[in-house]
Amino acid sequence: MKIIVCVKQVPDTSGKVAVNPDGTLNRASMAAITNPDDLNAVEAALVLKEQTGAEIIVVSMGPPPAEGMLREVMARGVDRAILVSAREFGGSDTYATSQILAAAIDTIGVEKDDIVMCGRQAIDGDTAQVGPQIAEKLGLPQVSYAAEITKDGDTITVKRMLEDGYMTIKVKTPCLITCIKELNTPRYMSVGGVFECYSKPYEIFDYNTLKDHRFIDKDTIGLSGSPTNILTSFTPPQKGAGMMLEGADKATCEKLAGIMAAKHMI
Amino acid sequence: MDFHLSKEQEMVRKMYREFAETEVKPLAEEIDEEERFPMETVEKMAKLGMMGIYFPKEYGGAGGDVLSYAMCVEELAKVCGTTAVIVSAHTSLCCAPIFEHGTEEQKKKYLPDLCSGKKIGAFGLTEPGAGTDASGQQTIAVLEGDHYVLNGTKCFITNGNVADTFVVFAMTDKSKGNRGISAFIVEKSFPGFSTGKHEKKMGIRGSSTCDLIFEDCIVPKENLLGKEGGGFKIAMQTLDGGRIGIASQALGLAEGAIQEAVKYTQERVQFKMRLSQMQNTQFQLADMECRTQAAQHLVYAAAMKKQEHGDYSKEASMAKLFAAETASDVTRRAVQLFGGYGYTREYPVERMMRDAKITEIYEGTSEVQRMVIAKYMGVK
Repeated sequence: MKIIVCVKQVPDTSGKVAVNPDGTLNRASMAAITNPDDLNAVEAALVLKEQTGAEIIVVSMGPPPAEGMLREVMARGVDRAILVSAREFGGSDTYATSQILAAAIDTIGVEKDDIVMCGRQAIDGDTAQVGPQIAEKLGLPQVSYAAEITKDGDTITVKRMLEDGYMTIKVKTPCLITCIKELNTPRYMSVGGVFECYSKPYEIFDYNTLKDHRFIDKDTIGLSGSPTNILTSFTPPQKGAGMMLEGADKATCEKLAGIMAAKHMI
Repeated sequence: MDFHLSKEQEMVRKMYREFAETEVKPLAEEIDEEERFPMETVEKMAKLGMMGIYFPKEYGGAGGDVLSYAMCVEELAKVCGTTAVIVSAHTSLCCAPIFEHGTEEQKKKYLPDLCSGKKIGAFGLTEPGAGTDASGQQTIAVLEGDHYVLNGTKCFITNGNVADTFVVFAMTDKSKGNRGISAFIVEKSFPGFSTGKHEKKMGIRGSSTCDLIFEDCIVPKENLLGKEGGGFKIAMQTLDGGRIGIASQALGLAEGAIQEAVKYTQERVQFKMRLSQMQNTQFQLADMECRTQAAQHLVYAAAMKKQEHGDYSKEASMAKLFAAETASDVTRRAVQLFGGYGYTREYPVERMMRDAKITEIYEGTSEVQRMVIAKYMGVK
């Protein structure tokens, strides 16, 4: 059994977001971190590894410096890493990215017992599209927004956290699961893990590795092959402080209704 | 000298930093106030391999290096002097002498549990009448058949109340002076062993400090560490390594105080300007930073020399002397920059100042470090 986890290096958006004059994100001026939801996926995989002995492979698409992030993920206990990196892949939107990642995952091979895991979404684009698109490309059943995962033989029970409640789904392997932060708390790198991570297997899948794969079509990858066009990126203006009303009595409710009526919300 | 950190060292420092900020800093004030040993933090550090950083994996260690260990103590001390000394005493004073002087059987028996943090280690050398003059040991060990019988009292033992494994020194032949001192590995469960009261201290108040009491304590003969009569040398070599740990603790305390002072002086407004805009503040902080950076160079140089198996006694003494006096100076200046608020427990700098003082005293006072350095200079 193996678990393939997709991870992405993203700019740290907890500080100020830097935007280039042409409207694109100024990634160079922001610290690079591992996408937080992806770390939840890695943690879920590590927990399953402890239970089943599964091998964990992380896959990332990005420029060569993303190796540092992949080594850090291996320092947490992941067994091997693959960086999908080529000029031809640069500038891909979610549609193009998911084709390339699906080709990479298919090249590794998804067998009957295997699971593919992704974070729900990356904090730089917030699309939540890549995981589901990979599943569609690979023809795998997908379960998104996993807040709880249990495995019993080839059956995975996933508790999905939705805006209006929970939904529990049973799915058979192989499948793809996207993970949310409520699923777990990612572990730290360990000292032993750090001193081992540079001797663990690390591979680069470049254009030549994947170019003959059936998912790879030169016209639908990279910036030119991406149907999405970004017109502009900007830091949204800060919202004003909200108003909090306390109490569950009639007077508070009337006050709330009054405020909402004044704003023509009701 | 090359101070280029390896990728692994950079990465492991990042991990220590995240861990210290998230797991250690939030507890620092509480464990100081309540004089409570942070066992929950030790358990977390154990899982991450922080209790056996530079020991080989075959003995349960993390397979790291001495500089990575020093950086761990440094990063912990930035936010909590107590947590830093727990790791330092355990690693330098208990794991290290067993690793460096133990037989293969002793290493296999004791190191895996110590390095994995299942057991905590401590070191018993100091006695009420044998502090800086460690040669005045009154604890005696008498060989009786297949075991030694130990009698005496050790004091000011870091980790004393929480440790399971102790490296203890006792006189096996009083007539030989220093050469009559032997080292032993003592387990908490050995008959005749007990611990005394918890010392109430000025700083590092969450760390356990107590007496070790030996009343006809039975120690199996195979728990003699090194040769009979070789204990004083083991003690001195162990303290050389320990000084790197304490120097790292002092370094971290100074760095932590600077971080707090930079933050505070950029917020605090007096005379319609931020304190950080005043030349006095800038000059104070610049001096604090220079001294602390210099201390870091000395500490890292000592750690790297130990890693290379050179004679690092002088480097360790210089690092400890300079880092400890820097920590006391920098934390005192930080309190001054905070003014009245710095004197209250609302801010961490008074704790850092209290914690810093001990680094000038334990594991060899600053005066002892000067004696060692002068000896290496050939000054008699």
